Amino acid sequence: MKRVQFEHSAVPYLFIAPQILIISIFFLWPAVQALYQSFLLEDAFGLSSQFVWFRNFEDVLSSSSWTRSAIFTVVFSVLVSVLSIAISLFLAVRADEVIRGAKTYKTLLMWGYAIAPPVAGLLGIMMFNPLMGDLYMVFNSFGFEFNHIENPNDAAFVVILIAVWKQVSVNVIFFLSGLQGIPKSIQEAATLDCKSPERRFWTITFPLLAPTTFFLLVINLTYAFFETFGIIDVSTKGAPGGSTATLVYKVYVDGFLGADMGGSAAQSVLLMIMVSVLTVFQFRFIERKVHY
Amino acid sequence: MYQSKWRIFTNHTILVLGALFMILPVWIAFASSTHTREYIFQHGLQFWPGGEFFSNYGAILFDAEATKGRVTALEMLFNSMVLGLGFAIGKVIISMMAAYAIVYFRFKLAVPLFWIIFSTLLLPLEVRIVPSYEVVASLGLLNSYTGLILPLIASATGTFFFRQFYRSVPDELLEAARLDGAGALRFFIDILVPLSVTMIAAIFIIMFVVGWNQYLWPLLMTTDDQLYTIVIGIKQVYNSLYEGGQIPQFPKAFALTIMASIPPVLVVVIFQRMFVKGLVETEK
Repeated sequence: MKRVQFEHSAVPYLFIAPQILIISIFFLWPAVQALYQSFLLEDAFGLSSQFVWFRNFEDVLSSSSWTRSAIFTVVFSVLVSVLSIAISLFLAVRADEVIRGAKTYKTLLMWGYAIAPPVAGLLGIMMFNPLMGDLYMVFNSFGFEFNHIENPNDAAFVVILIAVWKQVSVNVIFFLSGLQGIPKSIQEAATLDCKSPERRFWTITFPLLAPTTFFLLVINLTYAFFETFGIIDVSTKGAPGGSTATLVYKVYVDGFLGADMGGSAAQSVLLMIMVSVLTVFQFRFIERKVHY
Repeated sequence: MYQSKWRIFTNHTILVLGALFMILPVWIAFASSTHTREYIFQHGLQFWPGGEFFSNYGAILFDAEATKGRVTALEMLFNSMVLGLGFAIGKVIISMMAAYAIVYFRFKLAVPLFWIIFSTLLLPLEVRIVPSYEVVASLGLLNSYTGLILPLIASATGTFFFRQFYRSVPDELLEAARLDGAGALRFFIDILVPLSVTMIAAIFIIMFVVGWNQYLWPLLMTTDDQLYTIVIGIKQVYNSLYEGGQIPQFPKAFALTIMASIPPVLVVVIFQRMFVKGLVETEK
């Protein structure tokens, strides 16, 4: 809030009206509807529905496919976040150090931000196409018996690899800006005291980057939860047998393809709760960083 | 700063490997998009470009047959452009105005309205797709640009960016403007908007890329081919690759993929400085 403010009756309402209007129609209304639907049970034709309290939630939580999808989502999100953060940090530290070609390297690492997740998914799955994919052939020529179409672990590997590839550039951008925020004098003092670049990294750079890393962890988890929808939908489509379907993908499959409105709405509500926790977490952290 | 020769050498090796990791999939897709489908089918993905660049890309751009629908890639590019620009413009205008009301005014409903805007952050579109679809359908907005763009704008990210920025604007500006007799509207148009130009540009660039890359919502919204964005078009082409018992048309599918990526990548590379600034400063 500003110390000095206008005191006017109508003007602020006019300014805020467009946003509130759009939010009411396209956000609040659907959100309330999701909440309402999650308590309803529709018949097979969607003609009549009945209020069933928490039965949809009980059904969802007790179904083995939801539990499996939840477990996959957690494992997937953690692996994608940790791997892409680790790779990006490694690359950003090196890109921050080099003098010759620094700008070119940075551009070459950053442009991937512009690639749409489904495009990344298609590029990735083509590399693993059994007919012609280079990676598929390389893996099998080493005798891995790699088969992402039938083997759930191999399929998960493919989706994780694509998701990490897509996310590296965002993380690099934030790490590079974090690294620039570290005063040169600290780095120079550290160079005088300690010759080993690895030790300097772990004792000086890494602790100073901790706020950036933590912030990125939240961003990456959110990304793995939601934005990987496009990757999954064009690569494995949750196959084999739903083993690579994240919770968001399952909401879509059950709601649109399976027409189980109540169940899908209940899943939405459960996801809503999870996101709220993540967001509150993120905001608390940001508040703290301001004081820091 | 002191750097050993070995460190310099490993730095470059690692960065070259990292850059290759990012670029190779796209490069291989590009090289493979310039061969005939028979060649790709027999020899697999290609590392070196072939001679079919103009015929493959020409067919995709101007011949609807090649994209497996009733629209050409050119029309899809146009739709993507409308989505990207409409999303970016709408988001910037609406969130600038809302943030202005929140930061510069004292009014009765300020607190509840702020929380309504904040709540959109808790619930991304992906989570409420089914009811959102029903709402848009009941408003008769399926298969229209309005139905495509407006629901995507209903999130508060932009508002928070601008709120953050306005708060950093010195209070003295408002005091001085008021002494000179400027009203609320005058102050917004003549002082705040010009001050925000860099911020607007940065957010516009980010939002354009985000809008261009939308997938889930256009996928549900557009059952009519005429409204396909290029990202949706790609999915259609890949879905029909194995239809009809013919040799799969991989090169043209790759060509479409490359074309979908060129505009946003160019925007990010050309406006890199502005884009990075916007991304890093607003996310704080």
